[in-house]
Amino acid sequence: MAGKTLYDKLWDAHLVRQDPDGTALIYIDRHLVHEVTSPQAFEGLRMAGRKPWRIDSVVATADHNVPTDPQESEIKDPVSREQVVTLDANIRAFGALAYFPYRDPRQGIVHVIGPETGAVLPGMTVVCGDSHTSTHGAFACLAHGIGTSEVEHVLATQCLVAKKSKNMRIWVDGALPEGVTAKDLILAIIGKIGTAGGTGHAIEFAGPAVAALSMEGRMTLCNMAIEAGARVGMVAADEKTIDYFADKPFAPKGALWEQAVAYWRTLTSDDDAHFDQEIHLDGRTLVPMVTWGTNPEQVTTIDSVVPDPESFSDPVKRAAAKRALEYMGLTPGTKISEIAVDQVFIGSCTNSRIEDLREAARVVQKLGRGKAENVKRVLVVPGSGQVKAQAEAEGLDRIFRAAGFEWRAPGCSMCLGMNPDQLQPGERCASTSNRNFEGRQGPGGRTHLVSPAMAAAAAIFGHFVDVRSL
Amino acid sequence: MMQPFTVHEGIVAPLDRANVDTDAIIPKQFLKSVRRSGFGPYLFDEWRYLDRGEPGMDCSQRPKNPDFVLNQPRYAGATILLARENFGCGSSREHAPWALVDYGFRAIIAPSFADIFYNNSFKNGLLLITLPAETVDQLFAECAATPGYRLKIDLAQQTVTKPDGSSLRFAIDPFRKECLLNGWDEIGLTLRYASEIRAFEARYRERYPFYFVKG
Repeated sequence: MAGKTLYDKLWDAHLVRQDPDGTALIYIDRHLVHEVTSPQAFEGLRMAGRKPWRIDSVVATADHNVPTDPQESEIKDPVSREQVVTLDANIRAFGALAYFPYRDPRQGIVHVIGPETGAVLPGMTVVCGDSHTSTHGAFACLAHGIGTSEVEHVLATQCLVAKKSKNMRIWVDGALPEGVTAKDLILAIIGKIGTAGGTGHAIEFAGPAVAALSMEGRMTLCNMAIEAGARVGMVAADEKTIDYFADKPFAPKGALWEQAVAYWRTLTSDDDAHFDQEIHLDGRTLVPMVTWGTNPEQVTTIDSVVPDPESFSDPVKRAAAKRALEYMGLTPGTKISEIAVDQVFIGSCTNSRIEDLREAARVVQKLGRGKAENVKRVLVVPGSGQVKAQAEAEGLDRIFRAAGFEWRAPGCSMCLGMNPDQLQPGERCASTSNRNFEGRQGPGGRTHLVSPAMAAAAAIFGHFVDVRSL
Repeated sequence: MMQPFTVHEGIVAPLDRANVDTDAIIPKQFLKSVRRSGFGPYLFDEWRYLDRGEPGMDCSQRPKNPDFVLNQPRYAGATILLARENFGCGSSREHAPWALVDYGFRAIIAPSFADIFYNNSFKNGLLLITLPAETVDQLFAECAATPGYRLKIDLAQQTVTKPDGSSLRFAIDPFRKECLLNGWDEIGLTLRYASEIRAFEARYRERYPFYFVKG
């Protein structure tokens, strides 16, 4: 009998029951809740007269709607405010293990605060009404996004109705060259397998280049598994994973810690495990990436040009490329490094952790000058209050401010334009976020996904630049 | 709670683009509602209207984009959406199926759907039918050539019947089919196993006590 993959192990450990047709109930350890996808779930519970099954599995925060302008004393948009106030009221009524409301010093993006508080631990099943829940797979968790009906289902039953996904492994050999980050790696992967390449699969990222990534880098990688169509992205646990939790508030202590660590060390795929699909990449050949279209698979390297739609043999892809270039206002053959940007956004659950901010600050410091004339605004939005405090303790905020960047309060900010941070129609943005969909950062806005270093360099030069050349 | 789906016949609207994401199905500004209903008028808002949509707007007064498929008179009252690969990708927002259902769609036919959207749709009585890409191509062609093109979907039989009387069979997970045919509330179904869940939880807590730390 073949060994088990990490996904198999996590599935088995949480399997409550399974019908002959494969429909299963999976036990959920951690339920992350935010203001956008939870109100209708709490309302559903109320209407059915149901109680939460284990409310201390819930960790909640407000992130999508919150303004990130530190001067803003309250949420001005009445509709946004109602959603945040509704979350406050629901947590007051139902309870939670922890709640980090708007303006709490520990508030932040749900996928940043989960791990940094130790509320998310290796080996857990983690769900949240947000597709980027895949982020937590970085800690060898079985973590994925769910819809609001499922949020209500987990609240009421502590379980999810699920069918097992297939196993896919993406193996990355070698080491990433200087200037190439986890963000470039995941964009390269999506470019290779496509936005639906991982559909129906749980992806495990593995190999020397993945093992060499920091926990922050692994989070960036798993965060965007969903952009390749896979709800679940994972990395096996190692000593780096375990060390990350040593001092976290919700992590176990003493004998419980020892017991946990012994278990966490088993959270790897067996050598003889079977994967339904295997993909190989050579990390040494990777180059900083920039998206040119309106989905993350429409991506290329910094040293190339905007592709000609006619170069796609698949008619559906050709039509999509044509439409994307029209929306993006780009001409085939234009050098990527000649594309000028109007705004720069450094933040989001993909790239707002301390390492991302350090990487961006390093570029700014190296170049030793302020943002380019043509760049109207550069937002730097830390992922949480804790990241913000740490960055300020290291003086990163001063580096950004001196370059004319805006240093903001934590939140989802311009990743999705549900709060005041948005692009104007036609504006072009170098963004460290995860989706370049039409209108994602504001109606008519044009998004190019890049790493934090590439975003910082674009802010200084006013156009995309190969960070390897700095 | 959920509207059952048994047999449905209706007008087909063709949305000819791949990778339609949930941001396009229902843009973010409409996610601020704390209710489940009322999203229909804002379905595909950025494609459907020429102005910028905001929650609470009276959409009957807004300038419509005449090129968008749902604004073309021949597709008025459509209840079946014909779509391309990877429909519903991106954000997990259940507001996407809420908006599609609120608009009046009962079923979507496409070569493939994104995983989270697929789950969300079935929980709202929206039947997603996956058919081979060539078959979907054929349906697009027939739909374009035939004003008032209608399809009849029979969930129990797992068939889509064309105007010429020929039928296409589709596959569907038996559990989802049963829930949809009966309009079952999945939470109620799961709670039938409450004692099993409780027993699992007790064993689990004993084996992994470190997951129950309260900080």
